[in-house]
Order: sequence, then structure tokens, then C-alpha cells
Amino acid sequence: MSRIHVTTSVNGDEVDFLCEPDETLLDALRNRLGLTGSKEGCGTGDCGACSVTLDGRLVCSCLVLAAEAEGREIATIEGMAEGEALHPLQKKFIEHAALQCGVCTPGILVATKALLEKNPDPSETEVRYWLAGNLCRCTGYDKIIRAVMDAAAELRRA
Amino acid sequence: MDAPDHAPPVRDGVHVPRRHDSAEKHVAGRAIYADDAPEPPGLLHGAFGLATIAHGRITALDLDPVRAAPGVVAVLSADDVPGENDTGPVARDEVFLAASEAAQSGDVHFHGQPLFLVAAESREAARRAARLAQVSYAEEPAVLSIAQAMEAGSRFGTPYRMARPDAEGRDAPQAIEGAPMRLSGRVEIGGQEHFYLEGQVAMALPGEDGDLHILSSNQHPSECQLIVAHLLGLSAHAVTVEVRRMGGGFGGKETQGNQTAAAAALIAHCTGRPAKLRLDRDDDIVTTGKRHDFVIDWEAGFDATGRIHGICVTQMARCGWSLDLSNAICDRAMFHADNCYYLPAVEIVSHRLRTNTVSNTAFRGFGGPQGMVGIERAMDEIAFALGLDPLAVRRANFYDPPDAGGGRSTTPYHMEVEDCVIAEIVDDLAARTGYEARRGEIRAANASSPVIKRGIALTPVKFGISFTTSFLNQAGALVHIYRDGSVMLNHGGTEMGQGLFIKVAQVAASELGLDLDRVKITATRTDKVPNTSATAASSGSDMNGMAVRDACAKLKARLRGFAARHWKVAEAEVEFLANRVRVGRKTIAWEALIEAAYLARVSLSATGFYATPKIHWDRDAARGRPFYYFAYGAAVTEAAIDTLTGESRILRVDILHDVGRSLNPAVDLGQIEGGFVQGTGWLTSEELWWDDTGRLRTHAPSTYKIPACSDRPRVLNMALWEKGMNRELTIRRSKAVGEPPLMLAISALHALSDAVAAAGDYRRYPGLEAPATPERILAAVERVRDG
Repeated sequence: MSRIHVTTSVNGDEVDFLCEPDETLLDALRNRLGLTGSKEGCGTGDCGACSVTLDGRLVCSCLVLAAEAEGREIATIEGMAEGEALHPLQKKFIEHAALQCGVCTPGILVATKALLEKNPDPSETEVRYWLAGNLCRCTGYDKIIRAVMDAAAELRRA
Repeated sequence: MDAPDHAPPVRDGVHVPRRHDSAEKHVAGRAIYADDAPEPPGLLHGAFGLATIAHGRITALDLDPVRAAPGVVAVLSADDVPGENDTGPVARDEVFLAASEAAQSGDVHFHGQPLFLVAAESREAARRAARLAQVSYAEEPAVLSIAQAMEAGSRFGTPYRMARPDAEGRDAPQAIEGAPMRLSGRVEIGGQEHFYLEGQVAMALPGEDGDLHILSSNQHPSECQLIVAHLLGLSAHAVTVEVRRMGGGFGGKETQGNQTAAAAALIAHCTGRPAKLRLDRDDDIVTTGKRHDFVIDWEAGFDATGRIHGICVTQMARCGWSLDLSNAICDRAMFHADNCYYLPAVEIVSHRLRTNTVSNTAFRGFGGPQGMVGIERAMDEIAFALGLDPLAVRRANFYDPPDAGGGRSTTPYHMEVEDCVIAEIVDDLAARTGYEARRGEIRAANASSPVIKRGIALTPVKFGISFTTSFLNQAGALVHIYRDGSVMLNHGGTEMGQGLFIKVAQVAASELGLDLDRVKITATRTDKVPNTSATAASSGSDMNGMAVRDACAKLKARLRGFAARHWKVAEAEVEFLANRVRVGRKTIAWEALIEAAYLARVSLSATGFYATPKIHWDRDAARGRPFYYFAYGAAVTEAAIDTLTGESRILRVDILHDVGRSLNPAVDLGQIEGGFVQGTGWLTSEELWWDDTGRLRTHAPSTYKIPACSDRPRVLNMALWEKGMNRELTIRRSKAVGEPPLMLAISALHALSDAVAAAGDYRRYPGLEAPATPERILAAVERVRDG
């Protein structure tokens, strides 16, 4: 199989890479672009650890082919902070101790940001069900919900 | 060791709720896990070829199609292992690669057992090629379940017995016979997959002289080092294992990381190229061990208050095909067959069953949770039979509080419980949450709610702290002070998200009198601190904190002596303050002291060591003090079930837990919340299901359901018990927190059981088994309605 040349935008930067036709976007991000913040938790779209946005839409990057990224805009956890300045969501996750081992954290942050862009004022129930596709085995989710609700309130004030 | 509990007021020292040390990296996606480390050129990727039968012999094996697959560089079988082809941690009974290509043979003990190993230029190439082997088997009958193993007498060793007569010398059967009332029952308890979000992964880097450097996701680097060395016929000093962090462990990387590390090491050794193996999630679930499933039979004699006079407990555990840690796990299940209750005459018998399934292993609680579910079932069922609130029966059986002298403080293994604060915690929790009133309200409301039924339960936890294998209770540390005054901290504990590193760094900061930001946390490495124990048994901060304290004390003694000589004052006139030192009338900045000490040729590096005191255990006599102390906690859970569908929800949870004087309240609360929710998953939604051929069918998150965000209890109130204080001289009087909170989730199982009982107007005991899936809840509802 010949490799495919893909030109895309990742976190606002134009990038291009060669990938196998059956290579996932997750593998391309991790192995070709060195963006290892997105994790493979299951490889079947059930855990959310590989969450990124593709043209603003939340996807599991393990279920997207790298070749599909051609001409699209990808946002990953690495682009969430502006330089050294953390996004309010990131700050609230630290403040509420809403993380432990940290493997689910990037995916949950990306998914939450996508939610708040669609719905800046979600109810707690909406947050819970939106994030039901992002598994965490350490925290128990309570502090995650608290951090999300707090960050949403702050972002609305901003 | 018995220094008073005071410390200079440094920034972020002990007892401060300081965030996880890697929090900024976690939220930015910059924390480096084993799979994220830069890959060296020439890296090979490994994959296992797995057995497709549960029990039998290989009769023919053709690996040539694997070799011919694109990208394949090497195919390795038992023939290629230069040393011992075994990764067993305790008994050497765990064959690493089951197939021999040269002999065309191999014994298969479970469906999914690794037979051979492929090394290829990419992970995908290795995984694809691994499926191309042609293997013929002579199948043999497989022993899969606890019932089959009991019938076949398939077990490890002989049943182990722990017994103690009552004060009158009556053994348990006699005491049961003589009691006013008797009851017996059985409870079935499912296993649990760890589902650490970061799967098993290791990368091996060949060095000079055949040495290997291994990055592993592993709770026990020292054991990994020894196993790899044995496998390759090397000395331990040729193998270095490094663990910066894990993406969750929960016991699933106490021994189960070694197979993956061994595979990466064998490829690197045989090819001379760096090698990595990351298990696909499905392979991870199929090939690595889980929490033991148990069947527990009990028979109790008791009186009208529910107080137990005598009890016999039989614990049957499915251990899988190899021993792994099953003996210690089943011992701990026996040590927790009492939970918080004094059992006057007691007999506990444990069967460790050998089956043709994956070898079960450590999982948060390490058998303790299963033992505890057994006695909590007995308490609940006795209360139901007497028409009493289960909490009243629990209270009637509690161990005496400290120094009560009531003669009710000896465990079934002859250890005196000297620190039992459970009655006080339970009283406090019941009062805070209005337990009794709510129980009445729920019962009244159920009468007028035909479909949705609610239930409530309050259950206590007492959990023994120490490895019950006494020699494991040792820890080491290494502390360097560099010439600029900055400090490098290293110890044998591993970080898996639980916050061990930050807690131990806070200990170092307080001991040295430095702000936390002057202390650098570094990766766990076998070449820095040798011969360490697993980060397990909740012991990480207890033991490593003390070892670091020892190293810091040595450094301070040297610096104190130096300062006294140098500035010509008495040693008593040297005092360590926050970030500086008072020497006589002078105050000297830390950096200036260090620079002066360096110029005067004072060693600024120290090792530290700790061995837990007081513990001893005579296994033959089933007698001793296996635990340094106990951790306590209690939870009230309110749950609801839908009697038409069997679905359930946890509505409200209140937890009061004793962590002594917390080293870091933020971290400890995180452990309590996470432990509780993981426990509810074990007891409600997480179901492991093997088919009749011994094939695990729930091997991915699509079918194996851990709690999700939507399952979070609607109300979750957690508090650290304010009066908590370890009676023993632990590090800063704290208590271990990793495992105990998991067992608070037993309250959820009993709340669901109470809701099921409501469906039958409390006439018949539900006998709800774990996990209480919708199917089991529905079946229990039908049972209580038919009765």
C-alpha cells in the first residue's frame, strides 16, 4: 500500500504528514506529529481518552482515519492552553483536584470544551450525560463535574 | 522515629491539600507515560500469539506464516528464552511463552494464554502477524468455575484454616449449636477487571554489555527487574527498570506488568534492537488477571439482639491457572472475614481453586473486600431474620473501642484490635445523615410507590494495614542535596495517580524545612533504590514516607554537626527553620549552609530505610499480628431500583473516613471518592462473563461496564474524620488510604438489597448476589414477590 500525503491544520498550525491508508488519526497524532496528549484507552471509541475535535466536532480520534483529516481543522489537548497560560477549564480541573492518573484528563477536557462551545450553560445532568463517553477509573467523576460546572460559570462571566 | 509532630512552616509541607505534582502536565497533555516516551530509531513492536483453547496440549505449531508476514523481524517461542521461561512472582509456575517451536509442543492452561511472541517494524504488523500461526491442539476438559473446581478438587495446596474458640473454650460449631438462634447462607461475589485507562506497556532499550533499560508501567519495578533477569539469564545489575508514572494501577500492575516487560526485554535481547509492547485493550483484558471471584458459605449462631456467638465461614476463590499472589490474597480475605465485628468462636476455611482461566491477581483491597462482603451479608441476613435494623445488629457486634477492657477485641487470628474507632465513626455518620429517620421515611414512601423502590444501608469498614507477607514491609529512599541547595528525592514507591509522590515530597519538604518547590520528584528506578516492595497494600506513603524521613534525618544530623563545628556553637544551638538555619545567634540561608558544608567536604547524599515495626505472623499456627494498625470508615448509601426493568441508581452517598492526620487532604479525598465509585462498579455493573469454552466474552468497554460519569451518585458527601489520629507512630500520624474506601461501596450493594426487599414488602430476604446487575436485581425482585 502506498502512503497518503495529508495536509491539515492541528491546533492552528498547518502540518503535513505521510500516513498509511488504514492508519488512525490517533496514531498519526501520536506517532507522526509527536502529540502524545491524546491517549489510546480502548481503540474502539468507547472510552474517550483519544477525544479531539475535527472542524469543531467532537470525535474519537481512534475511529477516524488519518487520511480523513485532509483539509480539516483538528484541535487537541496540546492546543488548549495559550502558550503557558492555561485555559480556565484546565485551571478548574487543577483547582478541584479533578484528576488522578491523568490519562483520561486530556480527553475529558477536550470533550468538555466542545460541550461548552455548544452549550455555555449546561445543567449538571447535561454535563453528566455528555461526558458519559469519557471513562475515568480513578476519580469517581464527582470532582470532574464540580470542575466543569465551576469553569462553565466562570466562562459565562468572562 | 518518635519525634514530635511539628515542622517548620514551609510552603506546601505535610497536611496541606496540595494538588497532584503532575496536575499541570496532566491538563496540558504533557505528562509522559511509558507509551509517550520518544521512540528510538529502529524500535521493534511486539505482539503475543494467544491460545484459542482453555486446556490442552499443542500437537503441531507452524510459525512460518507469521515469519512471512510483512514487517516481521523475529518470531520467538519458548526455545528462544535464554534463562528461565517463567514470569511467576512467588511460585515459579507461570510459563511465559507456552509453545516450543522446536519440540512442537506446549501445555495450554487458559484461553488467551501467550504461546509465542512476534517482533515487527510496526505495532499493526506485529498484531496482524500474530494471528497467522497454525496451531493444532489436543483439547482436554477444562475446569472453569468455582463449582467445577470444588467438585474436581482442583486447588493450590490444601484448604487453609484459621480458628479460635470462645472464652469458654467452645469451638465455632459448638458455639453455633449452643446459641439461641442459627442461620446459614451463601453469597456469590463476582471478579473485577482493573480497567486502568493506560493499558499494559513496556519499552526495553539495549545498552552496553547486553544490559537493558526498561520503561514499564509497573507497580513493582524491583520484581520486574528480577523476573527479566531470570528470563534472560542475566544478573539483576544488568537490568534497570524505570517507572515515572502509571495511568492507573489498582493492583493490576503489581505482577501483571511483568509479562509485557519480559516480552519487550526478550525481543531487545534477541534482536539487539529497542523493543516496545503495548497490549491492545482486548488482549489486555483477556491475558491479564483480575479480582478473584468468590463463593462464601457461612453459618452463624446468635442471640435475639443479633449478637453472634459463633460463626463458620468457608471461602472459595477462583485463582486461575497459576498461583500468582493468590495465597496472600486469600489470606487477606480470611483476615477480613470479621470486618469490624468480634466473633467469639470462629472458624474460617479457605479454598484456593485452580481453574483454566486467567490467573487472578491483586486488585485494590486484595481479597479483603470479598471477605468483608461475606460477613456483611451475614449481618444483614441475621438482622432480616430478627426484624431488626441491620445497623443495630452491626453495632451489637462491633469490636470494643480502645482500652475498653470488655474482652471483645481479639481477631480470629489472635491479634488484639487496639484502635477500634468504628463505633464512634458510625454514630457520627448516622447522626450527620439522619440515617434512622431516613430509613423510616423510605419504608413509608415505598408503600405508595409500586414500581420504583428505594433502599438505604450503612456499612462500616475496618481494613488491616501492612503486607501480610511480613518481609515486604520494608522501603528505601535516596535523597541528594545539590550544591545550589536544591533537593532530589527518590524512593521505591511508584506513582499511579494516587498522589504518593506529592505526599512523600511534602514529607521531605517538612523534614528538611524547605518549601516544596525546592524538592524535585524523580522517577522510580531500580538503580537508585534497590530491592523495593510493590507499591501496594495501601502502604506506599506509610513506608516510603518513613524511609525518606530517615534519609532526611541523616542529612540534617550531618548538617547540624557541621554547622556546630564550623560556627563553633553547641549542636543544640543549631535549629532548622523554614528555608534557613539558626546557628547560635546567626541565621543562615539554606543555600549558604549547603555551600559551606560542600566546601568542608560533608556528604550531601543519604539513603533512608524503613521496616514496619511490631508485625509478625505465624502462618502455620494462624496466629500473630499481621497488621501494624487498622484504617476505618463508614458509608450510608441510598439507592433506587426499577422493579420492572431491574435498573438501579445510587441516589445519595455519605462517607466518613479515618485517614489519621492526613498528609494531604485533597489527595486523600480523591482516593476515597475514587475507591468508593470503583467499589460500586465491582458490586453493580462490572460483570465478567466467560462462555462454556472458557473464553472471556466481556473483553472491551463495549461489554464490560465500569461506572461512567452518568452513574455518579446524585449527592456525594465525603468527609475525613476530624478526630482521626493514628495511635501508632506512622509518618506524621497519618493512615493509609488507597484500598479501604473501596469497601465503603458494600453499602451500595446493601442499599440495593434493601430496595429489592421492599418489592416483596420485606417478607423475604432478597439474597442479592454481586454484581447486582439489572438481570440479578430483576431475578431477586421476582424471588421476593414469589415468596
